[in-house]
Amino acid sequence: MAKERLLTCIVCPRGCQMKITLTDDGKVEAVEGNFCKRGVTYANDECTNPRRTVTSTVVCKSGGVAAVKTENTVPKGLVFEVMKAINAVVAPDDVTVGDVVIENVCGTGVNVVVTSNGPAK
Amino acid sequence: MFDFVVIGAGVVGGMVARELTKYTDSVCIVERGSDVALGATRANSAIVHAGYDAKSGSLKAKLNVRGSVMMESVCRELGVKYKRNGSLVVGFNDEDRANLTELVERGKTNGVEGVALIEREDILKLEPNIGAGVTVALHAPTGAIVCPYELCMSAVGSAMDNGADLKLNFRVDKIEKIDDGYRVYAGENFVDAKFVINCAGVYSDEIAALVGDDSFSVRARRGEYVLLDRECGSHVSHTIFRCPSKMGKGVLVTPTVDGNLLVGPSAEDIDDKEDLSTTAAGLAKVRALAAEQVAGIDFSKTITSFTGLRATGSTGDFIINMPKERFLNLAGIESPGLSSAPAIAEYAIQILKDAGFDASLRADFVAERRPAHFFSSLSVEEKNALIKERPEYAHVICRCETITEGEILDAIRTNPRPTDVDGVKRRTRASMGRCQGGFCSPYIVELLAKEMGVDYTAVTKFGGKSYINFGKTKGE
Amino acid sequence: MKADLVIIGGGPAGMAAAVAAHEAGVRDIIILERDNALGGILRQCIHNGFGLHRFGEELTGPEYAYRYETMVKELGIPYMLDTMVIEVSENKIVTAMNRERGIFEIEAKAIILAMGCRERPKGALGIAGTRPAGIFTAGTAQKFVNMKGYMPGKQVVILGSGDIGLIMARRMTLEGARVMAVCELMPYSGGLARNIEQCLNDFNIPLRLSHTVVEIHGKERVEGVTIARVDENRRPIKESEEYIPCDTLLLSCGLIPENELTKGAGISLDRVTGGAVVDGERETEIPGVFACGNVLHVHDLVDYVSEESVIAGQAAAKYINGESEKALVARISVDGKVRYTVPQKITETADTEVYFRVANVYRDAKIIVKDGERVILSKKAQKLAPAEMEKVKLTSEMLSSLSGNEISFSIEV
Repeated sequence: MAKERLLTCIVCPRGCQMKITLTDDGKVEAVEGNFCKRGVTYANDECTNPRRTVTSTVVCKSGGVAAVKTENTVPKGLVFEVMKAINAVVAPDDVTVGDVVIENVCGTGVNVVVTSNGPAK
Repeated sequence: MFDFVVIGAGVVGGMVARELTKYTDSVCIVERGSDVALGATRANSAIVHAGYDAKSGSLKAKLNVRGSVMMESVCRELGVKYKRNGSLVVGFNDEDRANLTELVERGKTNGVEGVALIEREDILKLEPNIGAGVTVALHAPTGAIVCPYELCMSAVGSAMDNGADLKLNFRVDKIEKIDDGYRVYAGENFVDAKFVINCAGVYSDEIAALVGDDSFSVRARRGEYVLLDRECGSHVSHTIFRCPSKMGKGVLVTPTVDGNLLVGPSAEDIDDKEDLSTTAAGLAKVRALAAEQVAGIDFSKTITSFTGLRATGSTGDFIINMPKERFLNLAGIESPGLSSAPAIAEYAIQILKDAGFDASLRADFVAERRPAHFFSSLSVEEKNALIKERPEYAHVICRCETITEGEILDAIRTNPRPTDVDGVKRRTRASMGRCQGGFCSPYIVELLAKEMGVDYTAVTKFGGKSYINFGKTKGE
Repeated sequence: MKADLVIIGGGPAGMAAAVAAHEAGVRDIIILERDNALGGILRQCIHNGFGLHRFGEELTGPEYAYRYETMVKELGIPYMLDTMVIEVSENKIVTAMNRERGIFEIEAKAIILAMGCRERPKGALGIAGTRPAGIFTAGTAQKFVNMKGYMPGKQVVILGSGDIGLIMARRMTLEGARVMAVCELMPYSGGLARNIEQCLNDFNIPLRLSHTVVEIHGKERVEGVTIARVDENRRPIKESEEYIPCDTLLLSCGLIPENELTKGAGISLDRVTGGAVVDGERETEIPGVFACGNVLHVHDLVDYVSEESVIAGQAAAKYINGESEKALVARISVDGKVRYTVPQKITETADTEVYFRVANVYRDAKIIVKDGERVILSKKAQKLAPAEMEKVKLTSEMLSSLSGNEISFSIEV
């Protein structure tokens, strides 16, 4: 018997309310309520392997903090592991936007990159 | 051994200490809080009463009228903002009219200048926004407004500049008679002095009890206030009181010297001498009463609400006496305490002289003090000259009140030095504006940490455990 | 000093307006920024979700700001940092101050107001109880955490479900704090649906709709709050009171356009938006003074801020070149279900995007635009919510064939 799941799409600010129909083995059979096709991709990921972008800061050598993000989404279940890795980094003070501070964080294949120039003043 | 120890750094303690330093630099002010002006002085109506209200012949009447006369010149010396805006006591019915007529007579007996009864049509000329039901008013042109904590800080600062000591976080718990004076303890610490002056506000009964004087008690009377944006500061120009009646005392609606509109207080006697909480009911009552006295107050422009505690003595009058040798009570200083403060200080000196304080004026006493807000009063040319020398005067930290880094650094470096964010706020008005510190508090924390040489996380809002941050997000 | 165009504020609005004006041929521009870097509030909005419309990719706040900063620098548009504007006069003289120049004046041909907004503080909310340390607006907490690297709290209650509050719920959680609840006075959220999902639901943080904080406890630092459910008139229900222990209360209860300078210049404000009344070109009632971004009305997406600022930048260029001639085409009125529109009036018959917000949540509704009694536009909407800004396009065709000069916006449910 098909199961249904309600999801709020987080891909864009529109936040579509979607109704997902799942097969018995948990696969997405149908998506309703999505405005664009990115909703379908999100629904597929969310029902099988939910993923999130993590944004945070890393401490710089001089003590200030610089903003960072995972360059891509990482498995949702690993978010706090990724935070641990981010918290362990000490970045140089001359980091600029796009610099990689962690490669392949927690084996996800995703890099953590800097999103601000140097520590915030 | 000091000549004097003054217990309590409120406006009374501050004014007395300053008056004493005209004669001696051997003065020590002890204060239980982390800053001066934290008790009744911090939060009250900020009014210099004309003096028609107090019962003729009482200390309140005598010192109020004298204080009201002295206040302007004291403020000028201390660089404190003062404005003689006049006050109106409004009435709604015949009973009020009778009471106001009596009040006018009392004012004349007390020696208040210019008090008169005026009718609605003349009230409207003075205050177009007066409440619809107001029919008559007492007009007292000598009523004025002042900033109470600024007056206190400047008085303590002036005393310190003239040699007085200030010990903060000094909570007096024992007083011992010693040869030639007293030893005043706060835990292990103590201060010796020939004279003790008790200006401990709501705690002055407890301090008096430490030397065996149980002749009076002091209760805290809680008053809740609402403060509105400067946009509303010109809604009225006078201080608008309501005629006291069977229905209660009403509230006051007044501009402040900083240009805000202040409304309050509610009045409720409480047992807890530190309960500064506000209540939904209290604030609602304040708003409702104010709306009867003055029409069209836009309470959506409220920027903060707060509670003040007034030290209400058990005798009905100020308690000024010397129950023990060389121990002077300046207690139960409730309204009109602020108005009376300069006169209380003057009167205290007289009592001390009578009690053997051998006083001659110092030649090196400096009366004048640079105004705390001198920068904003400069001309553009003067400001630019100063900015050339000290560019931090051009770096705005508080955007709502336009307070610069230079002014904040001055405050941090000026007696009595603030040690927390609220202390900086009271001295400079930084974060007192419409955003209430949303933008500038992180910068103020930084400036304080740097100037005091402490860690960012050690900076508090108002001393004790009022920490603002718990630690770093990462690292260490 | 003189300048063709003075832009007050170097955030996303000011920078986008500057770039647009430059592209339209204005060269004598100066951006005045009060902070120590360009970027405005985006610098502390380190989360992602910006730029999908504008750049077609998802950026963080600092990255979005950096894109514009790079454009400003590459175009060689001058800017002054740590420069506070203290006055704007009716005749377009801007008085500012900074460390290098002291207090100085700039005589401008045109001015773009782009000062942004501020958060509604606690005092304005009138919550009863004590006044301990530990009460912050969400944005102040964001600044402590993201810019200064300090933790302003460990156990947190958030009042108000505005986007900054939701974002900070996640942010504080990721940095090790425990967020006990988000209380929202209204029966619907003040933030975007996606933020409820990814900032609250992801971390099992309860969203308590129709709830408010009625009392704050704690003498030195916050020790807890009492929350209560509210009735349909938003009055707290005594019996529903509930104590939540916490050391921090964050407030996310709305943003207020920062229009002190605007008011000082004598420009009248729209009571609903809190910003200036403008025409389609974002020109205020003083010719040559324009406004854009959150100083005009609070946006939920920076992408729309940029879009609006381009309009203002281009219009300022037109004004400076003396090509601006205007006559009223129409005033826009609203029915209350539509709370406001920006622009509030139209002075050109070119295609015009009209932004608006609604007063409540409406499902399966219709947006109706009328010329007098005649419907000129009707658009279906699956869901309209106060937290989400909407827009419709009035075409030049519609605008050039109006019977009068009144356009009305309404919602049919």
